[in-house]
Amino acid sequence: MSVKQISTNMLRGWIDGLLLQKTVIGPVQHQGHFRFESITSSDQLALDYDVTDLPPKKFLLPPREVMMTFRSSGEFQSVMEFHPFVLFGVHPYDMIAINQMDRVFSEKLVDIHYLTRRNACSIVALDPVAVAPHNFSGCMGTATVEKGWDLLLTPLPQDGYLLEIGTEKGNTLLHSIYELPDASLDQLQLREQRWNQNQKSMRRHELKCAPDDLPDLLEQNYDHPLWQEKSSQCLSCGACNIVCPTCYCFDIQDEVDWSLETGVRCRAWDGCLLRDFAEVAGGHNFRKQSAERYRHRFYRKASYLPKRFGEIACVGCGRCISACIPNISNPVEVYNQLVGE
Amino acid sequence: MDPQIDSPVIGHPSSDIYLPHPALITSMCSLTALDMLFEIHVPSPEVHTPSPGQFVEVSLPGIGEAPISVCSFSNHPHQFQILVRRIGNVTQALHQLQIGKSIGIRGPFGTTFPVDRELRKQNILFIAGGLGLAPLRSAIQYVLHRRWDYGKLIILYGSRTPDEQLFLEDLHDWKSRKDLTYLETVDRGGPNWKGRVGVITTLFSLLNLEDDPWSAIICGPPVMYSFVLRELRQRQIPNELIYVSLERRMKCGVGMCGHCQINGLYVCQDGPVFRYKDLIHLQEAL
Ligand SMILES: Cc1cc2nc3c(=O)[nH]c(=O)nc-3n(C[C@H](O)[C@H](O)[C@H](O)COP(=O)(O)OP(=O)(O)OC[C@H]3O[C@@H](n4cnc5c(N)ncnc54)[C@H](O)[C@@H]3O)c2cc1C
Ligand code: SF4
Ligand code: SF4
Ligand code: FES
Repeated sequence: MSVKQISTNMLRGWIDGLLLQKTVIGPVQHQGHFRFESITSSDQLALDYDVTDLPPKKFLLPPREVMMTFRSSGEFQSVMEFHPFVLFGVHPYDMIAINQMDRVFSEKLVDIHYLTRRNACSIVALDPVAVAPHNFSGCMGTATVEKGWDLLLTPLPQDGYLLEIGTEKGNTLLHSIYELPDASLDQLQLREQRWNQNQKSMRRHELKCAPDDLPDLLEQNYDHPLWQEKSSQCLSCGACNIVCPTCYCFDIQDEVDWSLETGVRCRAWDGCLLRDFAEVAGGHNFRKQSAERYRHRFYRKASYLPKRFGEIACVGCGRCISACIPNISNPVEVYNQLVGE
Repeated sequence: MDPQIDSPVIGHPSSDIYLPHPALITSMCSLTALDMLFEIHVPSPEVHTPSPGQFVEVSLPGIGEAPISVCSFSNHPHQFQILVRRIGNVTQALHQLQIGKSIGIRGPFGTTFPVDRELRKQNILFIAGGLGLAPLRSAIQYVLHRRWDYGKLIILYGSRTPDEQLFLEDLHDWKSRKDLTYLETVDRGGPNWKGRVGVITTLFSLLNLEDDPWSAIICGPPVMYSFVLRELRQRQIPNELIYVSLERRMKCGVGMCGHCQINGLYVCQDGPVFRYKDLIHLQEAL
């Protein structure tokens, strides 16, 4: 492990250098909102962003991706995308969501489409300085992140950043700059303070229990009236799925070319809140009531996936809270209401 | 971090879990107005012989994929049967194909009826409703291949109408066999129907299950399970000796897409065959 110091100017110069060789994707401001997108100059980066509308998962698991091509005569051929790119400025909660997705797509069986793209990606994580209006990552233990990133940037109070090198891949990204000075002990302490502060401040909603207690809490409340009450306003729009960094459910669709000779099989985002998610041919729907679909999301995040992977699949980014029009999707409100009795 | 993620792997197609293997339709036989029996040949050595209860994802370029149970058992590698009910896009298009056409196959996927394990030496009660006979047939064929290895056998089969009865040849064979009991019923008879009319649970009154221990295997439409399970409970068949095969919407077949979940379980990987005991506390199961 080695931690360096880098001035803001130097950082900007380094990014502009990277841009000569690679695609760099980072947070950019648009009318008060932030979006991860491909940049052409370091000036575009909004490194003091609070949260982006969509999580960076869209670059690893695109909304629509070609998995294979086919000929109508029956041959299928895999399509793998390997275009190296740098994902710049990923906040800890989003990094942890990516770590979780890495496990989903590689632990039991290997999803070569995801992994190829993931391998092409270098991640520069960034400790935030601004707290998004609904962020509760401090309660989820996801306000700081220890692994997954290739480089980790932590802003210093005055000017500049500390830069920790996590992997060889991260080291290679730094090839274009001269030796950076090591971080001083004081600076390392400032970094510690930043982490402590983020863990304390990133709690716009306060969870009344420990995240580890959530699976048991849910276990005891499957038939709680809350599911019905809250979901009675649900629009089944799936926005809470779309914006969530840990949602990865998908549909598979075929598209045929004009020629009718060839086509592509695509994977596209899907959402368990959508009406037809569990519907089968002939019309039977295994989760027909919106209450069943609404409840499923919370169980998947805080019971089903944790039982498989040992981690709560909610990183407290708060995006679902902002995205939900009837304002019913706040996980903390749901969990606290269950705790409260 | 996972080692597979550390080093760049450029995907090799043989490692693509979503890529169908080429397969050939070697025979087609229409069993009812809606159901077609296909014989499939899959040359690829990577596709291993399906075990009773497993399913495959059948792929048609430009149309999509559908999970279909393997409905036969033979030791012949690379060759098996599927029964397809025409009900939507993929199934409709499959019916329109001809012998010799190629299709894609992924799998076989999923858990199996434990005919080669716990069910050996046991008395087995097979209960099939409608299309549910398709997956059960693979287990029945397996058991009849090695009949000496099992105890008493009973097959109960319920269809909606006589015209919807599947696998008539097998039904004839089962009816005529002395080494098993076969009982059938239809929900609604017809002018030429001489057999029993009534839902499948009415067949239970004809059985005497009290004297021996039984295992049961059930597959049918969602509404059937709770009624059949009630009968089994009344006859003291323990939950750990009851196996069910369940259907859910599926896309990937490999535990990734999230569609087939029953609470925390994936039907495509943890099922489709479940021991009833393992489902009893799951509210979404039956
Ligand atoms: C484990 C398992 C075994 C099955 N075995 C058989 C069988 O032996 N014979 C048979 O005829 N049918 C079987 N089915 C049902 C069969 O999969 C559906 O009828 C089929 O997927 C409908 O596809 P479609 O494209 O024609 O219909 P559409 O309505 O066009 O469906 C679109 C897509 O939705 C999904 N879907 C729709 N209905 C189902 C469903 N019932 N189950 C799973 N996914 C669905 C599929 O991905 C399908 O391609 C089985 C289903 C499962 C889960
Ligand atoms: S459930 Fe909501 S708060 Fe939790 S990770 Fe998903 S979008 Fe963020
Ligand atoms: S965003 Fe809100 S309204 Fe839309 S599906 Fe989710 S909970 Fe329902
Ligand atoms: S079918 Fe995709 S997870 Fe089971």
